[in-house]
Amino acid sequence: MSLKKKISMTVNGTLVNAEVEPRRHLVDFLREDLHLKGPHLGCEQGACGACTVKVDGQIIRGCLYLAVQADGCVVETVEGLTKSGVLADLQESFMRHNAMQCGFCSSGMLLAAAELVEKQPKASREEVREWISGNYCRCTGYHSIVDAIVDVLNARAKGQKIKPVTAHA
Amino acid sequence: MNKPADLKGLVLDPVTNDQRYIGNREPRHGARRLLEGQGTYIDDIQLPRMGHVVFWRSPVAHMKINKIHTEQASKMPGVLAVVDGVQMAKICKPWVATLGHLAGMKSAPQHALAVDRACWQGEPVVAVVAETRAQAEDALQLVDVEWEELPAVISMESALDPETPLIHSELGDNLCFTRSLDVGNVDEVFASADVVAEATFGFGRHTGVTLEPRCQIADYNPGERRLTVYHSQQAPHMMQDLYCRQFGLSESDVHVICKDVGGSFGIKVHAYPDDFATVGLAMMLERPVKFVADRLESFTSDIHAREHRIKGRIAANKAGDILAFEIDDLTGIGPYSMFPRTSAIEGNQVVNLVGGPYKHQNYRAHLNVVFQNKAPTCQYRGVGHPIACAVTEGLVDLAAQKLQMDPLEFRKRNVIPDDAYPCSGISGIKLEVLSHEQCLRTIEKMMDYSALRKEQAELRKKGIYRGIGFATLIELTNPSPAFYGVGGARIASQDGASVRLDPSGVVSVLVGVGEQGQGTEGIYAQIAADAVGVSINQVRIVTGDTDVTPYGGGTWASRGAGVGGEAVLLACQALQENILKLAGAILNRPVSELSVHRSHVLDKATGEQLLPFSEIGRIGYFRTDTLPAGFSADLMVTRHYTQKDYPFIFTNGVQASYVEVDPDTGFVKLLKHWAVEDCGRVINPMLVDEQVRGAIVQGIGGALFEECLYDDSGLLRNGSMADYLVPMANEMPDIEVAHVETPTQSSKLGAKGAGEAGTAGAPGAVQNAINDALAPFNASVFEQPITSEKILRALKKI
Repeated sequence: MSLKKKISMTVNGTLVNAEVEPRRHLVDFLREDLHLKGPHLGCEQGACGACTVKVDGQIIRGCLYLAVQADGCVVETVEGLTKSGVLADLQESFMRHNAMQCGFCSSGMLLAAAELVEKQPKASREEVREWISGNYCRCTGYHSIVDAIVDVLNARAKGQKIKPVTAHA
Repeated sequence: MNKPADLKGLVLDPVTNDQRYIGNREPRHGARRLLEGQGTYIDDIQLPRMGHVVFWRSPVAHMKINKIHTEQASKMPGVLAVVDGVQMAKICKPWVATLGHLAGMKSAPQHALAVDRACWQGEPVVAVVAETRAQAEDALQLVDVEWEELPAVISMESALDPETPLIHSELGDNLCFTRSLDVGNVDEVFASADVVAEATFGFGRHTGVTLEPRCQIADYNPGERRLTVYHSQQAPHMMQDLYCRQFGLSESDVHVICKDVGGSFGIKVHAYPDDFATVGLAMMLERPVKFVADRLESFTSDIHAREHRIKGRIAANKAGDILAFEIDDLTGIGPYSMFPRTSAIEGNQVVNLVGGPYKHQNYRAHLNVVFQNKAPTCQYRGVGHPIACAVTEGLVDLAAQKLQMDPLEFRKRNVIPDDAYPCSGISGIKLEVLSHEQCLRTIEKMMDYSALRKEQAELRKKGIYRGIGFATLIELTNPSPAFYGVGGARIASQDGASVRLDPSGVVSVLVGVGEQGQGTEGIYAQIAADAVGVSINQVRIVTGDTDVTPYGGGTWASRGAGVGGEAVLLACQALQENILKLAGAILNRPVSELSVHRSHVLDKATGEQLLPFSEIGRIGYFRTDTLPAGFSADLMVTRHYTQKDYPFIFTNGVQASYVEVDPDTGFVKLLKHWAVEDCGRVINPMLVDEQVRGAIVQGIGGALFEECLYDDSGLLRNGSMADYLVPMANEMPDIEVAHVETPTQSSKLGAKGAGEAGTAGAPGAVQNAINDALAPFNASVFEQPITSEKILRALKKI
């Protein structure tokens, strides 16, 4: 099982060179070789969405995607997208609505939500529900997640920013 | 939408002298790192020399183990050990999970790895440890177990038949526990009642599907002879105690750490064979061993719950008074009672709770808890409540229908009145203070009930079949030692908090109850900030570490706010007293002239700021030489709290569901759900709303989608997330939540639990709504999950 293949990719803005077994999926590579903690593994069969990451700008199921497939690609995880600020207003809105509990689904949910905000800026509440139906959340009942995303859509439509959550004095 | 404005201005009297945070929708700041991918779940932890364990699990429901060949597997690359049950039993004792106060309960000894026999598909038999998970899985393919299939007990219905084989011959039968209750004159009342309604209710097995699977890292340090276990668990001190006892260690030899827990719901409050096996392997190998269940292992070996068949009936008179309930409950729990909480508790709760919200005086219940060769069942969110509630509320609707009374009116007439407390329920449960009448009034208004009924009638004329269903509920929370302690289980009902003023003026709070995402740490920060008198961002909460926090029970039976929160309140108020004492010593003034306000000690009379907390810290820690002789600056205090006034503090509430059923396809669309909940003092309405909503959706899952399906030979047919349906966003309705606050008098804080009532009420509400929609067809369904197929069958279309 030691037939390793050399790959290189840009992960969260940093060029990474590695040797991986062809069977290693992308999230195992990100988590175990690069020690990233953001993408999670809930089912490893593409059902739950906790492993969602971005490859060349598209969100994908990181557990159904082999690391060797990402050779030469740009890979982004919640860590990188947090640093670049891409997720900032969604993260604030999730905080404001408590749109997460255990947080295990959150990285995947945020990446899915970010793609919705980008591709369907006029989505209705029902369309938001439909869009995030590829991501399991076992804690929230989804209502608050939908509220949080709808708030971001509304704010963006008005050209506003979601105010950062701060403790009241 | 929720109405935070309703809660503004604190209806209840404040519990602290400057209450700013308790009662408010305060965002939980600890959650930000989770949104940034910076949580630390077990699988995020990597230790040097860490091995990974995978298990060869029984491929069938019941088998005899003849011989285990491990030579080939042992030679595979990276393999550190291949261990069977006999080897494991040399260091880990077997256990028997019974409770002394459940009279007559029995179970068989269970091992960390099966010895001689395996009793359900998924029971761990052989452990393979390798340097990487992939290597362990590669080697697993070469473990060769010679086994023969044994007859299996699958159906609970025939488990007690004389011709059914025994799972554990030494027990004499397949009966784990039985209980009967007969109060009042049940036969007489049913014989003379104007109205009797009956139904048989079925509940499919389901499971928790925590998104983070069960997982742990056991690390045994031979130099210190000390075991550290990083665990995704709800009750760290309970696990510390169990590891001590099963491996012959003392408490001080065992350290359990629970960092971020990716969902628990009761799934992670039990001790699994895998847990002990992983610890045993770490001790044998003297190196860290990580176990992370994959999803198939979760489905076959996480506890299941709720497989019940209940025959129930209700008696009422023409005036509309409920006179009696009678139930016969049969439940199957798998081959062993689960350690250490026992699998008999769920059925026992059903007996305690059926008919619970109502003032009837006649009740008979019979319960049989039987063994089967399926995955063990045990406590999952709501424990017995969803079943008791769906049965009670289903029967209540049937009676109302026969009486041609409006189901809401019927409930209003029959609930125990709000001024009747404290009182005892007919099953013997003690009810401190509930608010059924107020909750029913609130939900009626909230959902605009009369308008909804009109809409329903109008649409029915157009061939659109909508239904409205109610479920009134009670939920036991804030458990006393009567829950486990009296039965001999070493599970703490008390909990403790230690609170420290740090030199800079920051308040550190160490609590025995941990965080699984509910926001427990968030509410502790709110309580601490108010009770010590600091800004919330000056509070740091530490949980989930048995070396550090006071001893406590952890998270179960919705005790985090009511028990843990009270401990935090008591400790923080004691710290404020000590801060004032120290200030008095520094200022040479009587404490009675001083008060605390926002991180300052003030002159009580003038409000003048005299000392900031940072100065209290500086002198208290670094300049004790300036303090009077014999004065001790005790800037860390610990307080414990046990709820001892009642066996449990009951919460109550009511839910309503609005659904549309397509009679051609049997498809159910959830249109809206309402919940009114009374969990006493609400510490953070936003977090309670989310507990209620999340719990409702788990209840809806059981009502409509979720079921662990077994074939006739006891093989699980749907052990994947693609096959086992849990609710997704698209299928779920908006859920409107309102609060009634009736604080418990058993604590200063007045908080009752809020975590499970949602799950308790939702299945009953949804079931009643579907049956209301089906009423024009004289059809009804009482088998959960209520699938389209079952609806079409009820409509005689298939």
